[in-house]
Amino acid sequence: MEVKLLTEHYDKDEFQGISGYKKLGGYEVLKKALKMKPEEIVAEVKAAGLRGRGGAGFPTGMKWTFLPNNGQPRYLLCNADEGEPCTFKDRMMMERAPHQMIEGMIISAYGIQSKKSYVYIRGEYTYAARVLENAIKEAYQAGYLGENILGSGFTHHLDVYRGAGAYICGEETGMISSLEGKKGQPKLKPPFPAVSGYLEKPTIVNNVETLAAVKYIIRDGAAAYKKHGTEKSPGTKLFSLSGDIRKPGNYEVPLGYPLKDLINNEGGGLKQGRSLKAVIPGGTSAPVLTAEEAMKATMDYECLAQMGTMLGSGAITVIDDSRCMVDLLGVILHFYHHESCGQCTPCREGTGWIDKVLNSIIHGRGRQQDVDLLDQVAKNMMGRTICALADAAALPTISFVNKFRDEFEYYIREGRSKVKGSSYAEMHH
Amino acid sequence: MFKLSKDGLEKIKKELTRYETRRSAILPALYIAQSENDGWISPDVVMHLSEVMEIPISHISEVLTFYTMYNKKPVGKHHIQVCTNVACCMAGSREIVKHLCTTLNIHEDELSADKKFTVTRVECLGSCNTGPVVQINHDDYIENMSIEKMDKLLKELQ
Ligand SMILES: Cc1cc2nc3c(=O)[nH]c(=O)nc-3n(C[C@H](O)[C@H](O)[C@H](O)COP(=O)(O)O)c2cc1C
Ligand code: SF4
Ligand code: FES
Repeated sequence: MEVKLLTEHYDKDEFQGISGYKKLGGYEVLKKALKMKPEEIVAEVKAAGLRGRGGAGFPTGMKWTFLPNNGQPRYLLCNADEGEPCTFKDRMMMERAPHQMIEGMIISAYGIQSKKSYVYIRGEYTYAARVLENAIKEAYQAGYLGENILGSGFTHHLDVYRGAGAYICGEETGMISSLEGKKGQPKLKPPFPAVSGYLEKPTIVNNVETLAAVKYIIRDGAAAYKKHGTEKSPGTKLFSLSGDIRKPGNYEVPLGYPLKDLINNEGGGLKQGRSLKAVIPGGTSAPVLTAEEAMKATMDYECLAQMGTMLGSGAITVIDDSRCMVDLLGVILHFYHHESCGQCTPCREGTGWIDKVLNSIIHGRGRQQDVDLLDQVAKNMMGRTICALADAAALPTISFVNKFRDEFEYYIREGRSKVKGSSYAEMHH
Repeated sequence: MFKLSKDGLEKIKKELTRYETRRSAILPALYIAQSENDGWISPDVVMHLSEVMEIPISHISEVLTFYTMYNKKPVGKHHIQVCTNVACCMAGSREIVKHLCTTLNIHEDELSADKKFTVTRVECLGSCNTGPVVQINHDDYIENMSIEKMDKLLKELQ
């Protein structure tokens, strides 16, 4: 069953505007928060065990405590770049409930004592950006943003910054460079943004969903929030379900929810006459699960880590028996090759090489040794680069090749897909 | 030679003071200029922006070349962008790209002879539950695309 904490009012159109939002309890939690001490906000978020919803799952409260106490201005950046393939929750959150995110941001900003924040939104999201800009205007008019918010003495300004088409700007240091008006190339860490980020000032980067969740932690208290989810993965999470499923969409469930139930209940199950072949559980950079593994998985950080994969952004791609795994890996690796910013040799060369080898296999020109080659090239990319994009490309490669080796071998040997009629290149060239 | 409209210039001046540093105005300025230059950024646009913004050409070029939403060559009046990432591919988006190119008799990323169309593959648009997803210029998404729906749309755009 879904547990609608964040998404409770998402089916109501009036939730988008400030009057409807307020009618449904909007900005009441901000009032409560402003009566608390900033340290209490941070402590509550820490106690709630909230982990970042953008992909890496880093504990939010802990990240906030990394801010140095050196009197420098602090910035809060909301990561709305949502580029991980098959993820579409942040867009829905911003379009359906812009004020929820804004309220979460103001509360978070108060907690970390930041006077200025930005929502960095990917350039393609033009509608969401319009909704957001309008909501920010409403929030200023109502006195929830600006000088001396609700007479509390706390001042905060919030603005939107639009990206322009680069997946790598979702990586926090790439995003910071982009916001500074430069190319969005990631930087070596440390220093972490919390110490030296936007304009070399202390900066906290959090995902849209993370910041929205803060509102509910402050509303209900850490103890109540922790009643949802598992011990190590507290709270609820939005999952974006796509692929071979009857009811694709976003679903909010407690962490620890069985993947099987998410597919069969919320997702409405597979299409008529089809059987499950594989599931990518956390965005395309997460290692793929076989059907058998998927049936045993629960959607929490610890179970998926134990199964050698990850929760990532919460994007679940369901793959049935009509699909060719070679074709799908080709699509995934083409993406990472295209989006590699090119500054690290293992990433630039590795993604290019894998993309090329897959392309030749798909077009019937594969060589027997290519299966091991893919595995080796991928393994050599790991852990040797500035950011995690190289790993994001290597992990699907290694898991696809090893778990579905027979499909790769068959394609190379026969020059066509093992699953008849499922390879785009084979059918259209 | 490209020159910003009065309105465009005003907007860019505002952007120059909106952020902590003037340099952050480059990305929004390129969007504004692109919308006044038939959807692409020509070399004279960069020169003009550098002049009016008092920002070195090298800083603007660095941004221009890095981001895909700035077009570095002319595009059609209708720049049809089709998502060909995983979920959309599974929903048949590659077939739509191919159909578009055949129907319009162009290659991907090329300008049609009547300058009306360009077809480009783009990465995941974050609407994977309603694929295939198409975005024309930078407008709202068109979801659940099919070849029949595309043909109808093309007729309307012709
Ligand atoms: C290549 C790459 C792409 C990323 N893309 C996104 C993204 O689109 N959205 C996001 O929130 N985080 C993304 N991240 C993670 C961010 O770097 C960062 O960890 C996150 O925004 C922190 O917020 P959170 O702790 O609330 O999750 C990406 C990381 C990498 C390495
Ligand atoms: S790992 Fe790849 S994307 Fe990340 S900084 Fe290096 S080259 Fe760029
Ligand atoms: S895969 Fe096409 S919108 Fe995500």
